[in-house]
Amino acid sequence: MKLLIKGGRVIDPANNIDEVLDILAEDGNITRLAKDIDVPGEQTIEAAGKIVMPALVDMHVHLREPGREDKETIKSGTLAALKGGVASVLVMPNTEPAMDSAENIRMLTGLIKNSSYANVYICGAITKGRYGKELTGIAKLKNEGVVAISDDGAAVDNEELLLKALLEAKEHRLPAICHCEDRKLSNKGVMNSGLISTRLGLRGISRESEYKRVERDVSLAERISSPIHITHLSCKESVEIIARAKKKAVKVTCDSAPHYFSLSEEALLDYDTNMKMNPPLRTKEDVTAIKQALKDGTIDAIASDHAPQTINEKEIEFERAEFGVIGLETLLSVSITELVETGILSFSELIKRAALNPAKILKINKGTLSIGADADIAIIDPYKQWTVRKEEIVSRSKNSSFLGRQLKGVVEYTIVNGKIAYPF
Amino acid sequence: MQEKAKLLDVETIARSLMRIAHEILEHNRGSQNLAIVGIRSRGAHLARRLAECIKKIDNKEIPVGILDITLYRDDLTLLAAQPVVHKTEINFDIQDKNIILVDDVLYTGRTIRCALSELIDFGRPKSIQLAVLVDRGHRELPIRADYVGKNIPTSQDEMVEVHLAEVDGKDEVVIVER
Amino acid sequence: MLWTKKDLLGLEYLSKEEIELILETAESFKEVTTREIKKVPALRGKTVVNLFYEPSTRTRVSFEVAAKRLSADVINIAVETSSVRKGETLIDTGKNIQALKADILVVRHNCSGAPALLARSLAINVVNAGDGWHEHPTQALLDIFTLKEKLGRIEGLRVVIVGDIAHSRVCRSNIWGLSKLGAKVTVCAPEMLIPPGIGEMGAAVTCDIDEALKDADAVNVLRMQFERDEPTAFPEQLEYFKNYGITEERLKRVKRNIIVMHPGPINRGVEIASVVADGQNSVILEQVTNGIAVRMAVLFLVAQANEAKG
Repeated sequence: MKLLIKGGRVIDPANNIDEVLDILAEDGNITRLAKDIDVPGEQTIEAAGKIVMPALVDMHVHLREPGREDKETIKSGTLAALKGGVASVLVMPNTEPAMDSAENIRMLTGLIKNSSYANVYICGAITKGRYGKELTGIAKLKNEGVVAISDDGAAVDNEELLLKALLEAKEHRLPAICHCEDRKLSNKGVMNSGLISTRLGLRGISRESEYKRVERDVSLAERISSPIHITHLSCKESVEIIARAKKKAVKVTCDSAPHYFSLSEEALLDYDTNMKMNPPLRTKEDVTAIKQALKDGTIDAIASDHAPQTINEKEIEFERAEFGVIGLETLLSVSITELVETGILSFSELIKRAALNPAKILKINKGTLSIGADADIAIIDPYKQWTVRKEEIVSRSKNSSFLGRQLKGVVEYTIVNGKIAYPF
Repeated sequence: MQEKAKLLDVETIARSLMRIAHEILEHNRGSQNLAIVGIRSRGAHLARRLAECIKKIDNKEIPVGILDITLYRDDLTLLAAQPVVHKTEINFDIQDKNIILVDDVLYTGRTIRCALSELIDFGRPKSIQLAVLVDRGHRELPIRADYVGKNIPTSQDEMVEVHLAEVDGKDEVVIVER
Repeated sequence: MLWTKKDLLGLEYLSKEEIELILETAESFKEVTTREIKKVPALRGKTVVNLFYEPSTRTRVSFEVAAKRLSADVINIAVETSSVRKGETLIDTGKNIQALKADILVVRHNCSGAPALLARSLAINVVNAGDGWHEHPTQALLDIFTLKEKLGRIEGLRVVIVGDIAHSRVCRSNIWGLSKLGAKVTVCAPEMLIPPGIGEMGAAVTCDIDEALKDADAVNVLRMQFERDEPTAFPEQLEYFKNYGITEERLKRVKRNIIVMHPGPINRGVEIASVVADGQNSVILEQVTNGIAVRMAVLFLVAQANEAKG
């Protein structure tokens, strides 16, 4: 099984490549990168004028299976990923049941094997049921193949417990991913606290509820010099805390999602529940800070926090609507539109944050076009425009923040393990 | 729209009103128990003028009220322009009075129908009589005027415009083509 | 000035001219309410549905009287609510009401933005009768109408709103409406009841009621909305009355003819002293009377907007 991609602009930040090259993949691996490769009779993609890059690695995804297959399934979610140029996803453990035992993870592994169209990696839970009371036993989970641990959606309030978990994660060389939220401070809020929440008469989520917890978790990591990853950063203060920690060589990495660098709280002015997520959209100033942090490298990775919700959970009163938005299909295009088109990142820098860095953080062999690497490749037309339309969304849920938005960058092919997986 | 003809001017309007005032007094045998109610907006001005005419003849003040019929219209759905609701001002008891209802132009009769409905909600007058400056015909309801300034036969394509000094700067009645 | 809006969702979304049109129209309707027969046929054949997700007597009755005086048919629907209620969604309820060929939907809801959701989803007119902490436009309109009737103008007036600012939709609507018409609004409450950013909405903010009342032409007194939050979100009652209650004593030190308003229901001795509520400065019952004229104007105008479109 051979696949030849000819004449594209190949960008691979892992190897500092940005030039017109041909790529040959054989039996699922990249075997040659050179000008004018000629292997007659093989499947060939003409990629002149296109960008050929490592497929994206999305390290924060909810595929809802098992438990809420009405929102998303492994099949529908991985197909959505492929449409967005994403070949690898890390699925969060907040399924029903939660991924908190060897048995549950074995079950999920089986489901993935049967129905996934892309690479799905599992994030195990830190505590049983994600209740923050009792550790799951990270060694057991690692044996079943999890590549990270997190209680995402919930934070581990108990400091001692988190400290223990971090130590265990360190011992087993697993990244610990922290959802930073102090629920006492977020106080049942539904959007960012400030002028807009006051105008709308909605209960606010203070910035403190996020950054105070970032501060605590980072200082715990520092204390035991264990690596920690903070997910979905939304505000300026969080960025500043991470920047200071990185200066002190604390082993902290972090990600933010496209909605946090493209949308601010003004987007909620007509009570659009597709703008409701946790952490909430913040101020314009925060959007600028997130963009700046992506540029200077304070924020390592871009992840979608793809969170499918059904119409029944979204087309209702704002306060009662579920948090979360889908993002797999728009991750790349929103990033190109908001970061590359505006000159904040080069294509190479974007690929680093959306493919290479997440793979490094998760210690998986993805995010690069190195010889011998898995042939997970995206071929995109970087300048083509498209409009996000509900009818064209592949994900089972349609709760996108970007409905109706015109974006730049269209994924033409997504190749997984040397095979063309998209177009379907 | 094009002005076709001037039908009344300041003098003929004044003369018509004075004649109507005489007719009203003759018909009602004097001004006792009489009240005048004009329909907004030009009918209201005509009502005041009519009251002055009567005062000149009879030397008596008679009460004048203003009726805004917007809320009683049956054609709100058909109007291109949105009507603005103004106040009705009838500061006297209409019970058992002879009411002279005044409007500028009598056409389909629908405005008068609204005015009658509204007036009756204010009480039970002894009688209601209708005075208009112009009757242009084309009635759609069984309504007729008791006192008419001038009968003007018109076609449906024509419009009769009454201009009064109080709102339009001068007194005249013109016929215009649609 | 033409009325073009299908819905009345809040005063934030209206221009100065639109607010003035409602007030002027309401003046004409106030005359109607003084007649022997207080009913006009303007909305004959129309159906007004009062959909109330919160217990309310005064607003519901006021809308009902307003609709009936316009000769509309009125249907009242009170919906049992609790946060765990499962059942028909708001949009489904709205669509059912629309399918009954109702013309105007008056909605009161404990969730901010619920009327906006209905307005987006339905073709019929939606009038907000109070949503969560967001807006209560007809209450603010009747407050403003009453003020204008009493003082002859709004421009340049100093109006103080004191009380539970944080949870008050009445306060938000009053700030938008009054400041658009050129009044100077000051909100006054203990710090814990001042929501973030309210100063940027166009109101001055203070925690000192006596300072606020100095030179004030009117004070609008709000009650504590205990039903909207945890007990810890509110000050202690006696302490509050001592520091912020509108008492005879306090009014002795301010403009002699200051207007005292209250959207009701009154908690005597909590936010306002009985003697003040019943006293010379109080216009509380006139507010209730004016509420009908204002709501008649609103129902009439939104119905016309529909006609203009169709």
